[in-house]
Amino acid sequence: MTDTRRTTWIGTGVAVALLALAPLIFTEYFVSVILTQALWLGVAAASLIFLSGYAGMVSLGQVGIYGVAGFVFANLVAADGGLDVALSPYLAVVLAVAAAVLVGLVFGAVACRSEGIYFLMITLAFSVIIYYFFSQVTQLSGFGGVNSVELPGLIGDPGADPVPLFYVSLAASALIYAGIRYLVRTPFGLTLQGIRDEPARMRALGYNVGLHKTLAFGVGALVAGVAGVLSVFYNQRISPGSVNISQAIDVLVVAVVGGLYRLEGAWIGALVFGLIDNYSREYTPEIGTVLGPDRFNTLIGIVFLLIVLLSPGGLVGIWEQLRARSRGVGRTRMAGLDADVTVGDTPAATAPAPALKEGGPRR
Amino acid sequence: MGRGQLGDWAPRAALVAVGVIVVGWLAIKAADDIGTFVTVTLNGVTLAALFFVVASGFTLIFGLMRVVNMAHGSFYLLGGWIAFTIQDKAFREQPEGLGFDLTPDSDLQFSLAGWVVPLILACLAIAVVGLLLQQLLLRWNQGQDLRQALITIAVSVIAADQMLAHFGGVTQEIQPPSGWPTSVNLGVEGTRFGFFRLVVVLGAAIVIGLLLYVVIRRTKFGMIVRAGVDDRQMVSALGINVQLVFAGAFIIGALLAGFGGVLGGTMIALQPGEDTAFLLNSLIVVIIGGMGSLGGAAIGALALGLVDAYGDVYLQFGSQDLTNYSILLTFALLVAVLAVRPLGLFGRPA
Repeated sequence: MTDTRRTTWIGTGVAVALLALAPLIFTEYFVSVILTQALWLGVAAASLIFLSGYAGMVSLGQVGIYGVAGFVFANLVAADGGLDVALSPYLAVVLAVAAAVLVGLVFGAVACRSEGIYFLMITLAFSVIIYYFFSQVTQLSGFGGVNSVELPGLIGDPGADPVPLFYVSLAASALIYAGIRYLVRTPFGLTLQGIRDEPARMRALGYNVGLHKTLAFGVGALVAGVAGVLSVFYNQRISPGSVNISQAIDVLVVAVVGGLYRLEGAWIGALVFGLIDNYSREYTPEIGTVLGPDRFNTLIGIVFLLIVLLSPGGLVGIWEQLRARSRGVGRTRMAGLDADVTVGDTPAATAPAPALKEGGPRR
Repeated sequence: MGRGQLGDWAPRAALVAVGVIVVGWLAIKAADDIGTFVTVTLNGVTLAALFFVVASGFTLIFGLMRVVNMAHGSFYLLGGWIAFTIQDKAFREQPEGLGFDLTPDSDLQFSLAGWVVPLILACLAIAVVGLLLQQLLLRWNQGQDLRQALITIAVSVIAADQMLAHFGGVTQEIQPPSGWPTSVNLGVEGTRFGFFRLVVVLGAAIVIGLLLYVVIRRTKFGMIVRAGVDDRQMVSALGINVQLVFAGAFIIGALLAGFGGVLGGTMIALQPGEDTAFLLNSLIVVIIGGMGSLGGAAIGALALGLVDAYGDVYLQFGSQDLTNYSILLTFALLVAVLAVRPLGLFGRPA
């Protein structure tokens, strides 16, 4: 186990180091449109994967929460549209994330008593309610969204020089990745995983299941809030359309394509999503009105469908299956001395997609 | 839930208090202007009727198969578009006399068949689509409810994009038969209300509700469905072909969504985004009413429709116009129900 853990950390370190060099290797366009977007979209997906992988709660509400953070930030700094307030952008970031956590805790407290598919539906309803809220309340969302949002001085103008924003997104992603990996090893994180697997037993052991789930949702909201603020940095604007149901589904697609049960999957899924988004338009064959450069959603829907049908663990799941198979062959040759061919370091990884296999909420 | 009596008692008391305040506020408003109140109430009730038609299919499918059909909204919108296309292509009657068409859309004449035939064809088409979805994608994933939900989400993403490509992004309406009156007199201070909404939609919802009730309570099929909701394995162990029943339930559920789409396309409009709007409505209705319960769907639809209608009009306090915050009322309704009954009003644990 320590072995795999070490390789994971080394792998992560290498990935971050390589990414840090990316502005030297890739074009400005690629760094900005593909990598930076993959990083913040990855953070949004990470909040979903944290909840589903470690707390057993598949949430469609993360986009709603990141919308709260995005709108709070955009309204509190100088911008075109929205409230007439001009706080320091740094202070606004803190307040925006705090607002997201607050909303997340409220949502969590309401939704934590439901499980599985009910939870999915309730969080989807929350997310859509937030979308309708911002589309109706034009004092907060302007009539054409909140535009030309003032960014922290650290980032400058991403339109002129995308590199600072790239490093900020990279640092945020690395911090969140490390933070979640740390959190799931704390007693709180282990309790969450216990609740994910056996809520009834954990309750019998005296743990307050609802409180833990609510707090986990708060942590997920914190991560989603960071993603929301980063998305405003990236777009320099936010409108109700950026938090609508198709965005909620995009984040779900990213998480599922990457792998709902591995944290790394968030960023891998986001990268794949960004690549398809950018390059499919050139290479998609035109088949009547059914498929063509304009039919990106059809294409991504088909990719999503195929992943769900063929590999519930997403791309990371495919990779791990291949690795387990090749390693499994090696171990059997060694006369099966070591039965431990488990991959990864969490129970969720060894038994991929527990929630997918389970039929309905537990009694 | 192992909580003290105070814990259970407090939210209930709070809910009752809120309920009293809401009813009092409505009574004041009603006394102010009874005509508006009647119109707003009927708006809510007819909207609820439409919600019920759509959500009853959703809850039927869930109740029996534990499938959360996230493509239900797509069924709704596709049904509407199919009916619209058929009506537009086959039943657009050219005005008598001159050979060219100068009539604006609103003056077009449609016979009764010009509305009913598209309705029937659209319902059948959606029933087939539903059957295909169930047989091709869902059947071999039975029991994996999250995976099935994800599959239907993927289908809804593809469907929304394809509908945008084929039917365009322009708002369209299905025209009711020209022979029908546009409105009826209610006899309250001369208030008039739309005939289609009041008679056709509300009537259809009541008929569908009764039919479903009779089918589920009084027929063999309904008996199997009810048994299946409680214990699928036992039903199939008794030698009943559960797969056939599942397929039947999915057909009916999809058909109801398509039917709702035609009603909604005539009553409101068809446009991209209506699919997610009606998915959300169905979700809220069944979350409130309890998944799988028909009566719950009726009450959930009524609650949602009335909250929508009253919130859009009566959320004004003096000069303070809060009507654009009305969506928060829907949220409050959801929270209130879930706080007291996490499985919805009539929900039972699986």
